[in-house]
Amino acid sequence: MEKVIAGATINVNEEGYLTDFSQWNKQIGTDLAQEADITMTPRHWEVIDYLQSEFKKEVPLSIRKIGKSGVVDIKEFYQLFPMAPLKTASKIAGIPKPVSCI
Amino acid sequence: MSDHNGDIKKMMIILSKATLENVYAAFVLANGARMEGIEAEMFFTFFGLEAIHKKKLEHLHIATVGNPAMHMPTMLGGLPGMEALATHMMKKEMERIDMPDVHEFLDILKASGVKLWACKLAMDMFHYTKEDLYDDVDGVITVGDFYKQGSGVGTHMLFI
Repeated sequence: MEKVIAGATINVNEEGYLTDFSQWNKQIGTDLAQEADITMTPRHWEVIDYLQSEFKKEVPLSIRKIGKSGVVDIKEFYQLFPMAPLKTASKIAGIPKPVSCI
Repeated sequence: MSDHNGDIKKMMIILSKATLENVYAAFVLANGARMEGIEAEMFFTFFGLEAIHKKKLEHLHIATVGNPAMHMPTMLGGLPGMEALATHMMKKEMERIDMPDVHEFLDILKASGVKLWACKLAMDMFHYTKEDLYDDVDGVITVGDFYKQGSGVGTHMLFI
Protein backbone atom coordinates (compact mmCIF):
# COMPACT_ATOMS: atom_id res chain seq x y z
CA MET A 1 0.00 0.00 0.00
CA GLU A 2 1.04 3.61 -0.49
CA LYS A 3 1.77 6.03 2.29
CA VAL A 4 2.45 9.75 2.12
CA ILE A 5 5.20 10.85 4.49
CA ALA A 6 7.77 13.65 4.55
CA GLY A 7 6.33 15.02 1.31
CA ALA A 8 6.93 11.76 -0.53
CA THR A 9 4.87 8.70 -1.44
CA ILE A 10 6.36 5.42 -0.27
CA ASN A 11 5.26 1.79 -0.51
CA VAL A 12 4.78 -0.02 2.77
CA ASN A 13 3.36 -3.39 3.82
CA GLU A 14 0.37 -3.79 6.13
CA GLU A 15 2.65 -3.42 9.18
CA GLY A 16 4.18 -0.19 7.91
CA TYR A 17 7.59 -1.50 6.78
CA LEU A 18 8.96 -0.04 3.55
CA THR A 19 8.80 -2.56 0.73
CA ASP A 20 11.35 -0.72 -1.41
CA PHE A 21 14.47 0.48 0.40
CA SER A 22 15.43 2.74 -2.52
CA GLN A 23 12.51 5.01 -1.58
CA TRP A 24 14.01 5.71 1.84
CA ASN A 25 15.68 8.95 2.83
CA LYS A 26 16.65 10.50 6.14
CA GLN A 27 13.58 12.73 6.35
CA ILE A 28 11.33 9.70 5.88
CA GLY A 29 13.29 7.96 8.65
CA THR A 30 12.84 10.97 10.93
CA ASP A 31 9.08 11.04 10.34
CA LEU A 32 8.72 7.27 10.76
CA ALA A 33 10.58 7.64 14.07
CA GLN A 34 8.18 10.38 15.14
CA GLU A 35 5.28 8.03 14.50
CA ALA A 36 6.94 5.69 17.03
CA ASP A 37 7.42 8.61 19.47
CA ILE A 38 11.16 8.64 18.93
CA THR A 39 13.15 11.83 18.36
CA MET A 40 16.22 10.95 16.35
CA THR A 41 19.68 11.89 17.70
CA PRO A 42 23.13 11.27 16.19
CA ARG A 43 23.30 8.05 18.29
CA HIS A 44 20.04 6.83 16.77
CA TRP A 45 21.41 7.48 13.29
CA GLU A 46 24.60 5.53 13.98
CA VAL A 47 22.47 2.51 14.82
CA ILE A 48 20.22 3.02 11.77
CA ASP A 49 23.33 3.28 9.55
CA TYR A 50 24.57 -0.01 10.96
CA LEU A 51 21.23 -1.78 10.38
CA GLN A 52 21.11 -0.52 6.81
CA SER A 53 24.66 -1.63 6.05
CA GLU A 54 23.91 -5.11 7.42
CA PHE A 55 20.74 -5.20 5.33
CA LYS A 56 22.72 -4.31 2.21
CA LYS A 57 25.12 -7.16 3.02
CA GLU A 58 22.05 -9.40 3.41
CA VAL A 59 22.99 -10.30 6.98
CA PRO A 60 19.92 -11.25 9.04
CA LEU A 61 19.63 -9.16 12.19
CA SER A 62 19.17 -10.37 15.75
CA ILE A 63 19.47 -8.84 19.20
CA ARG A 64 22.61 -10.93 19.76
CA LYS A 65 24.24 -9.51 16.59
CA ILE A 66 23.37 -5.96 17.66
CA GLY A 67 25.09 -6.65 20.97
CA LYS A 68 28.23 -7.82 19.17
CA SER A 69 28.16 -5.05 16.56
CA GLY A 70 30.52 -2.73 18.39
CA VAL A 71 28.13 0.08 17.41
CA VAL A 72 25.73 -0.18 20.32
CA ASP A 73 25.25 -2.58 23.23
CA ILE A 74 21.91 -4.23 23.95
CA LYS A 75 21.15 -2.03 26.94
CA GLU A 76 21.61 1.19 25.00
CA PHE A 77 19.73 -0.25 22.03
CA TYR A 78 16.69 -0.72 24.30
CA GLN A 79 17.15 2.82 25.63
CA LEU A 80 17.29 4.36 22.16
CA PHE A 81 14.31 2.39 20.84
CA PRO A 82 12.39 1.46 24.00
CA MET A 83 9.45 -0.47 22.55
CA ALA A 84 10.40 -3.50 20.44
CA PRO A 85 13.80 -2.03 19.48
CA LEU A 86 14.79 -4.29 16.59
CA LYS A 87 11.40 -3.98 14.89
CA THR A 88 11.08 -0.25 15.50
CA ALA A 89 14.61 0.51 14.36
CA SER A 90 14.17 -1.64 11.24
CA LYS A 91 10.99 0.22 10.37
CA ILE A 92 12.73 3.59 10.75
CA ALA A 93 15.66 2.29 8.69
CA GLY A 94 13.32 1.35 5.86
CA ILE A 95 14.39 -2.31 5.89
CA PRO A 96 12.18 -5.42 6.26
CA LYS A 97 10.84 -6.63 9.59
CA PRO A 98 13.44 -8.86 11.27
CA VAL A 99 12.46 -12.50 11.58
CA SER A 100 14.85 -13.60 14.34
CA CYS A 101 13.53 -14.87 17.68
CA ILE A 102 16.80 -14.13 19.46
CA MET B 1 -15.81 -3.32 32.29
CA SER B 2 -12.13 -2.98 31.61
CA ASP B 3 -11.07 -1.03 28.56
CA HIS B 4 -8.01 -3.28 28.18
CA ASN B 5 -7.70 -4.38 24.57
CA GLY B 6 -6.30 -7.82 25.39
CA ASP B 7 -2.68 -7.00 24.57
CA ILE B 8 -0.03 -8.87 26.53
CA LYS B 9 1.78 -6.33 28.70
CA LYS B 10 3.96 -8.56 30.81
CA MET B 11 5.14 -12.19 30.79
CA MET B 12 5.90 -13.86 34.11
CA ILE B 13 7.88 -16.99 33.30
CA ILE B 14 8.50 -19.66 35.93
CA LEU B 15 11.34 -22.08 35.21
CA SER B 16 11.31 -25.23 37.37
CA LYS B 17 13.59 -27.47 35.28
CA ALA B 18 17.29 -27.48 34.47
CA THR B 19 17.28 -29.51 31.27
CA LEU B 20 18.80 -27.44 28.52
CA GLU B 21 15.77 -27.61 26.24
CA ASN B 22 13.53 -26.19 28.97
CA VAL B 23 16.02 -23.51 29.99
CA TYR B 24 16.35 -22.33 26.39
CA ALA B 25 12.59 -22.37 25.88
CA ALA B 26 12.16 -20.09 28.90
CA PHE B 27 15.00 -17.78 27.80
CA VAL B 28 13.76 -17.48 24.23
CA LEU B 29 10.24 -16.70 25.45
CA ALA B 30 11.49 -14.01 27.85
CA ASN B 31 13.81 -12.45 25.28
CA GLY B 32 11.12 -12.68 22.61
CA ALA B 33 8.73 -10.79 24.86
CA ARG B 34 11.20 -7.93 25.31
CA MET B 35 11.82 -7.83 21.55
CA GLU B 36 8.08 -7.18 21.12
CA GLY B 37 8.00 -4.44 23.74
CA ILE B 38 6.47 -6.75 26.37
CA GLU B 39 7.87 -6.71 29.90
CA ALA B 40 9.29 -9.99 31.18
CA GLU B 41 10.24 -11.40 34.57
CA MET B 42 11.55 -14.86 35.37
CA PHE B 43 11.22 -16.92 38.55
CA PHE B 44 13.73 -19.73 38.97
CA THR B 45 12.52 -22.46 41.27
CA PHE B 46 13.55 -26.02 42.15
CA PHE B 47 15.89 -27.40 39.47
CA GLY B 48 15.35 -24.25 37.42
CA LEU B 49 17.74 -22.59 39.89
CA GLU B 50 20.63 -24.38 38.18
CA ALA B 51 20.16 -22.08 35.18
CA ILE B 52 21.31 -19.16 37.35
CA HIS B 53 23.76 -21.08 39.55
CA LYS B 54 27.25 -19.80 38.68
CA LYS B 55 28.97 -23.19 38.86
CA LYS B 56 26.18 -25.20 37.23
CA LEU B 57 24.81 -23.04 34.46
CA GLU B 58 27.61 -23.93 32.05
CA HIS B 59 27.04 -27.65 32.55
CA LEU B 60 23.35 -28.13 31.83
CA HIS B 61 22.34 -31.13 29.76
CA ILE B 62 19.42 -32.08 27.60
CA ALA B 63 17.36 -35.04 28.77
CA THR B 64 17.93 -38.28 26.85
CA VAL B 65 15.80 -40.43 29.12
CA GLY B 66 12.04 -39.98 29.25
CA ASN B 67 12.17 -37.72 26.22
CA PRO B 68 10.31 -39.39 23.33
CA ALA B 69 11.43 -36.67 20.92
CA MET B 70 15.01 -37.98 21.21
CA HIS B 71 13.89 -40.99 19.18
CA MET B 72 16.21 -43.33 21.01
CA PRO B 73 15.35 -46.28 23.22
CA THR B 74 15.17 -45.30 26.89
CA MET B 75 17.76 -47.96 27.76
CA LEU B 76 20.22 -46.40 25.32
CA GLY B 77 19.55 -42.88 26.59
CA GLY B 78 20.58 -44.03 30.05
CA LEU B 79 24.04 -45.21 29.01
CA PRO B 80 26.99 -43.28 30.47
CA GLY B 81 27.99 -40.31 28.34
CA MET B 82 24.80 -40.32 26.30
CA GLU B 83 23.48 -37.07 27.75
CA ALA B 84 26.83 -35.39 27.20
CA LEU B 85 26.93 -36.60 23.60
CA ALA B 86 23.39 -35.43 22.84
CA THR B 87 24.12 -32.10 24.54
CA HIS B 88 27.31 -31.66 22.54
CA MET B 89 25.42 -32.27 19.30
CA MET B 90 22.66 -29.88 20.26
CA LYS B 91 25.12 -27.15 21.26
CA LYS B 92 26.77 -27.43 17.86
CA GLU B 93 23.41 -26.92 16.17
CA MET B 94 22.65 -23.98 18.44
CA GLU B 95 25.90 -22.26 17.53
CA ARG B 96 24.92 -22.66 13.90
CA ILE B 97 21.62 -20.83 14.40
CA ASP B 98 23.37 -18.12 16.46
CA MET B 99 21.94 -19.25 19.81
CA PRO B 100 24.01 -17.91 22.72
CA ASP B 101 25.21 -20.16 25.55
CA VAL B 102 23.44 -19.99 28.91
CA HIS B 103 25.72 -17.36 30.45
CA GLU B 104 25.63 -15.08 27.43
CA PHE B 105 21.87 -15.53 27.20
CA LEU B 106 21.52 -14.35 30.82
CA ASP B 107 23.63 -11.29 29.93
CA ILE B 108 21.33 -10.57 26.97
CA LEU B 109 18.21 -10.98 29.13
CA LYS B 110 19.56 -8.58 31.76
CA ALA B 111 20.62 -5.99 29.18
CA SER B 112 17.14 -6.26 27.66
CA GLY B 113 15.51 -5.43 30.98
CA VAL B 114 14.29 -8.88 32.05
CA LYS B 115 14.04 -9.26 35.83
CA LEU B 116 15.53 -12.47 37.24
CA TRP B 117 14.23 -13.78 40.56
CA ALA B 118 15.36 -16.81 42.57
CA CYS B 119 12.80 -18.74 44.60
CA LYS B 120 13.53 -18.45 48.32
CA LEU B 121 12.06 -21.82 49.26
CA ALA B 122 14.11 -23.68 46.64
CA MET B 123 17.25 -21.73 47.63
CA ASP B 124 16.77 -22.90 51.23
CA MET B 125 16.11 -26.46 50.11
CA PHE B 126 19.31 -26.69 48.05
CA HIS B 127 21.36 -24.68 50.60
CA TYR B 128 22.23 -22.06 47.98
CA THR B 129 23.14 -18.49 48.90
CA LYS B 130 22.85 -15.37 46.77
CA GLU B 131 26.65 -15.58 46.22
CA ASP B 132 26.17 -18.89 44.41
CA LEU B 133 24.02 -17.18 41.81
CA TYR B 134 24.69 -15.30 38.58
CA ASP B 135 25.72 -11.80 39.68
CA ASP B 136 22.87 -9.89 38.10
CA VAL B 137 20.00 -11.85 39.68
CA ASP B 138 17.58 -9.21 40.97
CA GLY B 139 16.83 -10.94 44.23
CA VAL B 140 15.66 -13.95 46.19
CA ILE B 141 11.90 -13.74 46.69
CA THR B 142 8.84 -15.74 47.74
CA VAL B 143 6.01 -16.94 45.51
CA GLY B 144 3.86 -14.17 46.98
CA ASP B 145 6.44 -11.55 46.03
CA PHE B 146 6.54 -12.92 42.49
CA TYR B 147 2.75 -12.73 42.15
CA LYS B 148 2.90 -9.16 43.36
CA GLN B 149 5.47 -8.40 40.66
CA GLY B 150 2.97 -9.68 38.13
CA SER B 151 0.04 -7.56 39.25
CA GLY B 152 -1.61 -5.35 36.66
CA VAL B 153 -3.74 -5.73 33.56
CA GLY B 154 -2.35 -7.76 30.67
CA THR B 155 0.03 -9.97 32.69
CA HIS B 156 0.38 -13.61 31.69
CA MET B 157 2.09 -16.40 33.65
CA LEU B 158 3.86 -19.35 32.20
CA PHE B 159 5.17 -22.44 34.00
CA ILE B 160 7.99 -24.41 32.43
